[in-house]
Amino acid sequence: MSEKFTKSMARNIFYGGGVFFFLLFLALTFDTQRELPKRDHRENITEKVALGKRVWEQNDCIGCHTILGEGAYFAPELGNVYKRFGNSKEAIIAFIKSRPPQGIKGRRSMPQFNLSDEELDALAEFLKWTSEVNTADWPPNIQG
Amino acid sequence: MQYSSQAVAKPYFIAAIALFVGQILFGLIMGLQYVWGDFLFPEIPFNVARMVHTNLLIVWLLFGFMGATYYLVPEETETELASPRLALALFWIFLVAGALTILGYLLVPYARLAEITGNSLLPTMGREFLEQPTITKIGIVIVALGFLYNITMTVLKGRKTVISMVLLLGLWGLAVFFLFSFYNPDNLVLDKYYWWWVVHLWVEGVWELILGSILAFVLIKITGVDREIIEKWLYVIIAMTLITGIIGTGHHYYWIGTPEYWQWLGSVFSAMEPIPFFMMVIFAFNMVNQRRREHPNKAATLWALGTPVMAFLGAGVWGFLHTLAPVNYYTHGTQITAAHGHMAFYGAYVMLVLTIISYAMPLLRGRAAANSGKAQVAEMWGFWLMTVAMVFITLFLTGAGILQVWLQRVSENPQPFMVVQEKISLFYWMRETAGLFFLAGLVVYIISFFVGGKEEAAA
Repeated sequence: MSEKFTKSMARNIFYGGGVFFFLLFLALTFDTQRELPKRDHRENITEKVALGKRVWEQNDCIGCHTILGEGAYFAPELGNVYKRFGNSKEAIIAFIKSRPPQGIKGRRSMPQFNLSDEELDALAEFLKWTSEVNTADWPPNIQG
Repeated sequence: MQYSSQAVAKPYFIAAIALFVGQILFGLIMGLQYVWGDFLFPEIPFNVARMVHTNLLIVWLLFGFMGATYYLVPEETETELASPRLALALFWIFLVAGALTILGYLLVPYARLAEITGNSLLPTMGREFLEQPTITKIGIVIVALGFLYNITMTVLKGRKTVISMVLLLGLWGLAVFFLFSFYNPDNLVLDKYYWWWVVHLWVEGVWELILGSILAFVLIKITGVDREIIEKWLYVIIAMTLITGIIGTGHHYYWIGTPEYWQWLGSVFSAMEPIPFFMMVIFAFNMVNQRRREHPNKAATLWALGTPVMAFLGAGVWGFLHTLAPVNYYTHGTQITAAHGHMAFYGAYVMLVLTIISYAMPLLRGRAAANSGKAQVAEMWGFWLMTVAMVFITLFLTGAGILQVWLQRVSENPQPFMVVQEKISLFYWMRETAGLFFLAGLVVYIISFFVGGKEEAAA
């Protein structure tokens, strides 16, 4: 690098640039926080949806599935599973309930989590709420 | 080794390599489960193997960063560590806590682990990479604070170099952004928004400061190039990291419910994220070309050159491949992401830790300057086997990803996820084969520590 470009100039770009872009990021975060209620429909986050998110987390569903495209890539996307299952909570519940404890021979198998009826209903409600988030038209089609 | 307290780095490096082996073994289990669905089911379901694989990676890289810090800070500050005993105590606390957490994943169902550890009091579990029980997370914070106290006190009493200051800034940032792992709102969108403050602001933010400073330290040592030149490069590189990477977080805010202006911001800024990595390549090769000494540790030089190249390919090129919003619309959450993740972590952080280990370990073991020529040859075999295997893992996953995107998302008759997975299984078999070569490379790498011969003297 050229001699005219000194170490202190480089240092100033680092600290100045770092601070400037972090502050810009905070400002954008502030704006995002204001915009989000219109997109996430938080008024629909009932106690049941909140419980469903706990069930989702405490069984580490994200260890196999993606939700809104984030997670593991071993099993299907679940952000839109409510829609893929014909807008049916019952279909989601029936699927989770019917997983054989010993798996399906030779195939990727979902564990039997032995969830209570309340937990199953809450989980399905959480997935229904998730499917209603405005995700800028993602995923491209119903297959997720 | 110029300062006796540098010796505490040694257990950190040994633990890092041991956990690395565990990470790779669980990676191979998962790779096999991709094609042999019920392998080890229901004893070790995929999600459990994945937690072990990713959490071991994070923990061993942290061991590596801490070991690197304990090694280089005394030399940079020209003073002994504030408290070598604290460093050793924290080593055992971190190792035991980490081992207990991993055993918890393996021995009890995850929901039971959540119950035992009182997750309902402060629910933080069950989010990707942040699966650790809340008490483990609190333990991590305590270890990090003890570590930072030790390092900060050392830097304050000694010489303040750019390398040690940048490293300290990166380490403090690592600890501060980890605190967002305790924020877990009921609103999934908000949860995801701030989850990235841990994950993205770590690996594409503050960890790059750690990466830059450790690499700069090794380059000063092995090339003998003037510190002023190296420190100027370091500032420019990490300036570009923060200028592009902070707003670059936006490339995670395309499809999770966040406003659509992030598609523009994320695309523009993250498209520039390869720049600092490219500069790192130029930097490392320039410094080695302008070297003022012939350091006998050829293996460390190879790692120091390999790190920026693979980081540029994995983080830079493979990141750019799917970072633009119109592309990411189709690739988001597919094997393309997995391909990028593997090469980026290997290139940027795994290789960095192996670089500092390669440089420091012979000195920590009391050798004059470097291992014997024979041991170095074995180590370089490990380098090439692991690196080439990782290139192939990445290429095979990319092939799987392109087909997956096409069959599941682009073609006229999009097919269900599991149907597509079966159609692309050939690529998963090839990935697993490449994974076995990676393991072979790792075995050779470890053997290299036990190869004797006449050690190299200082040049």
